[in-house]
Amino acid sequence: MSSTDRFIPDRLRSPFEQRLKSWETLLLAVAIAIFVANSFASPYFLNAWNLSDATFNFTEKAMIAFAMALLIISGEIDLSVASIIALASTAMGAAVQVGIGTPGLVLIGLGVGLICGAFNGVLVTRLGLPSIVVTIGTMSLFRGISSIVLGDQAYRGYPDSFSWFGQGYVWWVISFEFVLFAIIALIYAVLLHKTNFGRAVYAIGNNATGAMFSGIRVQRVKFILFLLTGLMSGVAAICLTARLGSTRPSIATGWELEIVTMVVLGGVSILGGSGTIVGVVIAAFVMGLVTFGLGLLNVPGIVMSIVIGALLIGVIALPRLWTMWRGR
Amino acid sequence: MLKDPDTRPSADGMADEVAVLALEGITKTFPGVKALSNVSLRLFPGKVTALIGENGAGKSTVVKILTGIYQPDGGHVCVNGQPTRFPAPQAAADHGVTAIHQETVLFDELSVAENIFLGHAPRGAFGLIDRKAMAAQSSDILGSIGARIDPGHKLKDLGIANKHLVAIARALSIDARVVIMDEPTAALSHKEIEELYELVESLKAQGKAVLFISHKFDEIFRIADNYTVFRDGQLIGEGAIADVTEADLVKMMVGRDVSQIFPARDSDPGETVLRVTGYSHPTEFEDIGFDLRTGEILGFYGLVGAGRSEFMQALFGITKPSAGRVEVDGKTVQIKSPADAVETGIVYVPEDRGSQGAILDLPIFQNVTLPSLGRLSARGFLKLAQEFELAREYTERLDLRAASLDTHVGNLSGGNQQKVVIAKWLATRPKVIILDEPTKGVDIGSKAAVHAFMAELAAQGLAVIMVSSEIPEVLGMSDRVIVMREGRIAAELSKPDLTPETLVRHAAGIEGPTPC
Repeated sequence: MSSTDRFIPDRLRSPFEQRLKSWETLLLAVAIAIFVANSFASPYFLNAWNLSDATFNFTEKAMIAFAMALLIISGEIDLSVASIIALASTAMGAAVQVGIGTPGLVLIGLGVGLICGAFNGVLVTRLGLPSIVVTIGTMSLFRGISSIVLGDQAYRGYPDSFSWFGQGYVWWVISFEFVLFAIIALIYAVLLHKTNFGRAVYAIGNNATGAMFSGIRVQRVKFILFLLTGLMSGVAAICLTARLGSTRPSIATGWELEIVTMVVLGGVSILGGSGTIVGVVIAAFVMGLVTFGLGLLNVPGIVMSIVIGALLIGVIALPRLWTMWRGR
Repeated sequence: MLKDPDTRPSADGMADEVAVLALEGITKTFPGVKALSNVSLRLFPGKVTALIGENGAGKSTVVKILTGIYQPDGGHVCVNGQPTRFPAPQAAADHGVTAIHQETVLFDELSVAENIFLGHAPRGAFGLIDRKAMAAQSSDILGSIGARIDPGHKLKDLGIANKHLVAIARALSIDARVVIMDEPTAALSHKEIEELYELVESLKAQGKAVLFISHKFDEIFRIADNYTVFRDGQLIGEGAIADVTEADLVKMMVGRDVSQIFPARDSDPGETVLRVTGYSHPTEFEDIGFDLRTGEILGFYGLVGAGRSEFMQALFGITKPSAGRVEVDGKTVQIKSPADAVETGIVYVPEDRGSQGAILDLPIFQNVTLPSLGRLSARGFLKLAQEFELAREYTERLDLRAASLDTHVGNLSGGNQQKVVIAKWLATRPKVIILDEPTKGVDIGSKAAVHAFMAELAAQGLAVIMVSSEIPEVLGMSDRVIVMREGRIAAELSKPDLTPETLVRHAAGIEGPTPC
């Protein structure tokens, strides 16, 4: 009954205390600093509609980043996500040409995502191939198929009801995409942090052999993670295609690296085993704010990628440098 | 040529000579375990010294100290009577100490010659590797040990026995004065073993000192001049092999009065819970069959490599058997994965705690509840309070010592890590628990706790399989013992026939009078 019966306490530090000293707190401070700096740097920054526009810089990528975070925590990776977007978008574009309506387009987008994810998953979990190699291969494969179908043309003519997924607003400045982003973030946070499945993901990422010896169906969990990443690529493909109103061969080029950057910036260990969804959410805002702030200052895109790269290396290297300096 | 056995030195002769390499008063402690306590060991030129002891006696630690991998906490390493330090493996090599390890450390993608000369290859112009000289010298060394291997072949194309010969050639490629062989015959066939004996004889003739570590008494008596026996990290005896019998050595190895330190138990086996018939694997084991009853502790004894762990892992669904049947409570079950095994009530505490047993970077409570989450959760959602409750219940039963249940398992001592792994499996309420070397690398205090707990489990009606290479543990804990040799059941022994001598005889395949 009383706490004196306990020989071993549950915890020495409260969860709140642990959170206070976490990566996520540091990242939140960075996000706030960028927000403040931006609001001083440009008079147009603190405008509700401008900020709303800024969210489109990250909502679609972040949807995939959440699934990618689970995959990376489990010790795998999927570099084909941007190519899945291209393939799913191409499939939807082709469907529009034969007169398929919005519900059909959504099903096709999600279906192509699932099939691509399943393909990656089978190669990795059934044949035991390394996921980085498999998905570099399918990255070329999926985009190659998309390019052959598209040629140098572009698909247009998406129905107005479909466009709402990328251009619609739920209330005032709150876009449909932003609401979807928030809902998906919540779902993945619950999945990773509050379910048996999420616990299994951490166990596998820390020690796949040990997890297998503990009775976890490691390959099944990994397969589901590839499915989820494919599915989220399908969701992102719907939003992006609806927002752009067309499918071009160059759609979502280079997104895979931006998504992995977002995940790693969010504190997910690239070696697997640790990370949180909250971290990825904050990282999404950080990247969105930086891109938007630099955009307001008319900084060209090439410089933006330099800034993002420097930010990633800086935020990852600083804690290491700090411990090395203290350890001397 | 082979020396005449009669020219072996007497025990008196041993003291007069100066040892080429010696350990004096060496102590080595690991967190929670005293691996070596004030031990000494002397190696003489032209003599083969056999180092004998059970698993965990400290033999491997000695080898690592002699080769500069570990630093002793106390005592000296002496070369020709002079105290020396081997701060790194290179220093040991510079003094002419070379070792052929149990698991040979070689590189599959490199050629045979590159493997032999890695790190000390002959140099030519501009300091580049002189490949011609390297190939020629490799051929010479390989020829001298009677190995017909092309130095240009990649190592991965060789069989296990030839790889071993390459390892030996590598050891000889530095100008060795002391050659350490750690169970060199474990992976070799009969003919290859004979060739190895000839090699050892030729090393002796060249005046090299050989430290020969082996579990097999026939080969110890065949090639060793001197012996040194370790037990629980202490020196028990040393002398000339001619002055002792096999029985003397077994007695020194096993030593203490076995019955005293193990919990007294009245075994009262009940129903048959597990029946295994004809279990076979293409390479690891063949035709394993036995019954296991509730409340029983069944010991599995054998030498390293006898196929015990491999069989247990197949039973647990890690590897796939080629034939055989498993019945649990009279019903045939299909076990294709550990998850299936856990569902049928068979759980396995592996020997390798760090990589298989526990997930070191997760907290204690998450390790304990991992296989029980399905039962513990509501529709797949975690219930933290219940998790802590379950973890507390089982870790307290095992008398775990930890700062908090949130502590990472990797921060615990070996004994406490083992308690976490056992707690994890007991929390699933299994029918059969398989413990693979449950007290390996565990300090004496935790050992007693694990033993007491095993007895308690059996008394509560759990069926226990214990794989162990420690003779006192096997004798002290088991109701019955199955001895495995080379992948097969060599003997099934129960109480009257269960003696250290019978265990060792059956495990090593020694012909001789069996006590009736």
